Amino acid sequence: MDRAIEHTKYLIAGSSHAALEAINAIRMHDAEGPITVVTRDAHLPYSPTVLPYVVSGKSAPERIFLRDDDFFARNKVAYRPKAALKALHADRNTAELADGSSVVYEKLLLATGASPAIPPIPGIDTVSYHVLRTLDDALKLRGAIAESKQAVVLGAGLVGMHAAENLVKAGASVTIVEMSEQLTSGYFDKVAADMIEQAFRDAGAKIMTGSRVVRLEPTAAGAKLTLENGTTLEADLLLVATGVKPEMDYLNGSGVEHAQGILVDDRMQTTAENVWAAGDCAQARGFFTGTKVMNAILPDATIQGRVAGMAMAGDPGVKDYAGGVPLNTYHFFGRHAISVGSSTVPEGGEVVTRFDEKTGRYLKAIFAADGRLTGIFGVNEFFDGGVMAQLILRRTDLTPLRSRFVANPLAVGREIMSQTWR
Amino acid sequence: MGRAYSTIAFDPAKCDGCGDCMTACAQAKTGTDDIARSRIQIYGREGAADKTFELALCRQCADPKCVTVCPAGALNKDGTSGVIGWDATKCVDCLLCTVGCAYAGIALDEATGHVAKCDTCDGNPACVPACPHGALKHITTANIYNEVGDWEDLFAPGLAGCQGCNTELLMRHTLRRVGPDTVLATPPGCVPGMGSVGFNGTTGTKVPVFHPLLTNTAAMLAGIKRQYKRVGRDVQALAIAGDGGASDVGFQSLSGAAERGEQMLFMVVDNEGYMNTGMQRSSCTPYGAWTSTTPVGETSRGKTQDAKNLPLIMVNHRCAYVATASTAYMEDLYDKLDKAIAASKNGFAYLHVYSPCTTGWRFPSNLNMEVARKAVETNFVMLWEYTPQDGLHFTKPVDDPLPVTDYLKAMGRFRHLTPEQVEHIQKKVVENQKFVERMTEHAHVG
Ligand SMILES: Cc1cc2nc3c(=O)[nH]c(=O)nc-3n(C[C@H](O)[C@H](O)[C@H](O)COP(=O)(O)OP(=O)(O)OC[C@H]3O[C@@H](n4cnc5c(N)ncnc54)[C@H](O)[C@@H]3O)c2cc1C
Ligand code: SF4
Repeated sequence: MDRAIEHTKYLIAGSSHAALEAINAIRMHDAEGPITVVTRDAHLPYSPTVLPYVVSGKSAPERIFLRDDDFFARNKVAYRPKAALKALHADRNTAELADGSSVVYEKLLLATGASPAIPPIPGIDTVSYHVLRTLDDALKLRGAIAESKQAVVLGAGLVGMHAAENLVKAGASVTIVEMSEQLTSGYFDKVAADMIEQAFRDAGAKIMTGSRVVRLEPTAAGAKLTLENGTTLEADLLLVATGVKPEMDYLNGSGVEHAQGILVDDRMQTTAENVWAAGDCAQARGFFTGTKVMNAILPDATIQGRVAGMAMAGDPGVKDYAGGVPLNTYHFFGRHAISVGSSTVPEGGEVVTRFDEKTGRYLKAIFAADGRLTGIFGVNEFFDGGVMAQLILRRTDLTPLRSRFVANPLAVGREIMSQTWR
Repeated sequence: MGRAYSTIAFDPAKCDGCGDCMTACAQAKTGTDDIARSRIQIYGREGAADKTFELALCRQCADPKCVTVCPAGALNKDGTSGVIGWDATKCVDCLLCTVGCAYAGIALDEATGHVAKCDTCDGNPACVPACPHGALKHITTANIYNEVGDWEDLFAPGLAGCQGCNTELLMRHTLRRVGPDTVLATPPGCVPGMGSVGFNGTTGTKVPVFHPLLTNTAAMLAGIKRQYKRVGRDVQALAIAGDGGASDVGFQSLSGAAERGEQMLFMVVDNEGYMNTGMQRSSCTPYGAWTSTTPVGETSRGKTQDAKNLPLIMVNHRCAYVATASTAYMEDLYDKLDKAIAASKNGFAYLHVYSPCTTGWRFPSNLNMEVARKAVETNFVMLWEYTPQDGLHFTKPVDDPLPVTDYLKAMGRFRHLTPEQVEHIQKKVVENQKFVERMTEHAHVG
């Protein structure tokens, strides 16, 4: 069958943070060049990060959208939902979509993000379980939570913890099963994790760290889980939140190099001509390691999306990507935790901590041997994450101010950064 | 068309860290005196010889990172006001915005558990008037540009002014403000020279324009205005003349029209010389300045006389309105234009605008505003207004003027000055300032 093939200047696969920021960057430089967005999702753009609040009921699903049709019309963007990228023919500048159509592009951005990683537990395909990455997932989970009496959350990362809190608040009895020895590992240290764990226990949740599920079986109510030590758990709701994997199946045979994610250079370009990648699907330089890492967080998706968009549009103002810095904020039972930077102590570096039992304020700062900040973590201790990230990126030497800084990172961080504010 | 926005400006040199702005903000926004909850935060900067202060405040960025990283669509830049608004009903308290902002412009209010940021109090920021030292200013000049941007430019596009010409900027603003019911008189000088009187039977303006002699501008315009009045048409009579045309050979008719109280607005574009015809000196050229008729050579070191102060002479005509202005202070200029237009309905209004000339003064064309501003900041020129009812007062008083060398150094026409000449100019600046100051003390001269 001979069907007309669509041509576009900029083709963007995906419609979330990285994609939206790339559209902004392109339109800053190229007001007219046709942009086509193809996305797997059926909805207008929204953030996966807001989904826990859709589940809890705090966010009304119809009010979470980050852009409307008018935005796309004003910016001359053709928005095509339910049009996933299926295969890429980078040699021919052609993208093949799931609906059978093809698009020929001049420049392509892969901003397809990530999807839940499903662990290869025996029996997992025999039970029904929930995940949380799309709006449809969230709506399903929201409905199920209302009915659940006995829930099990697999994985104690931030996605699992958010959902567990929602379940607790909805009145279910909740068990969190985590393979590693501590909750939220990779985001927060042991002290902070213990504070988080205590808050969950106080609220009635059961936490089983260092536990591996070896078997899953269907039951009348839902599923039965068998742990390595023989313990069994019954669940009428099972949420799998054991991490994410980049969405890049469409690369098979495309010649675009990928490892854990799609490999990109400091302008977010892949190994293929005319193809860029940004956000959760990309594997880009890490700020601390210099090697290519996955840094699947929202702020980095926007930064990468911007660099990619500028590079694609040929904006001469584009600057090299500085490298990904981990940044996380986490709200639990009315408390908050913030982590900025690396939790690894560099060689010759120093860790300073303080903890106030009464207020529950915890702070940990990591300094490299040359006096610069490499990481700062707080629970119930507010500081400006954006200011801290700048201190890290600018490699500011904090030696002369260290004790004041640790005592009051909010004020002293602002004081230092303010010298660059004019 | 894009929009310009108002902004809160901070002058660290004036701040002594009293914190009154924070109290005012906390009261306005939280109903408490808890300055930790203020959305403007003043920080002492340690280490400097004397303690200096800096502020953490939302910059209302053009390209705001907080908006970009908000997963809930709770932050939005308002296209009309430029303010980044926070929607409590959409916010999920994730604090990601605080991670996005490098200015600490959005932060957690621990008392509420929500983020809080400056919203400029709907265009009336409580912090600004609370500052006892004038360190905070709400700069609303943007309103002019937004408003003016919607009015018709009544000069033709593509006038042949020099690159970066301040006069062209000034006359376009002026005619936009004065509006289409205007008859414009413009004697020989840069304004007609760049094409506003037209070529080959078409004018360079969209209003009637005529090209009187240097000597008779005010007289001709007075006659035209009277004729229109007689036939019952209310038109604005406007003259835009150079300093040469006004202060030298055109002075007789100008003085006569002012004395008779003719109903017109007479604007002088003072670029301190006959720039259009090859940069000859005028009676407004300042002492020491190079012009083609006050050259710099073995014996000659620029002009040997001081400039005539034409606007003060006009005050002595007791005109309905007299003011000096500068394009570096657009709000002040517009304010004076409005008053001058109103005054010209019943009498003679005179507006004297100091207008740097990139070609004749020898400075790069991108530094126009900088030169204009330096003239004011050093008191080389002073911005004031006069009416017979209220006398004379400064509209932009400069209490702590910069040394005049800051101004002189900004351009080539003073490059040759000897220290004695600079000293002479500095003395003149002080003398002029005292002179005008004395006039302000006798406010009710009328
Ligand atoms: C529950 C949850 C909570 C989170 N909380 C935080 C947090 O607190 N802080 C933080 O920094 N990050 C958080 N994250 C991670 C954050 O949401 C992501 O880092 C961010 O959304 C990445 O943006 P992205 O544009 O790269 O990809 P995504 O947001 O994953 O978007 C991918 C887009 O691509 C589309 N797509 C996928 N496959 C295809 C295809 N084949 N063809 C076309 N389109 C496709 C999708 O429909 C989607 O539009 C959270 C994530 C989840 C799921
Ligand atoms: S705290 Fe509120 S405003 Fe800030 S990013 Fe989160 S949802 Fe948006």
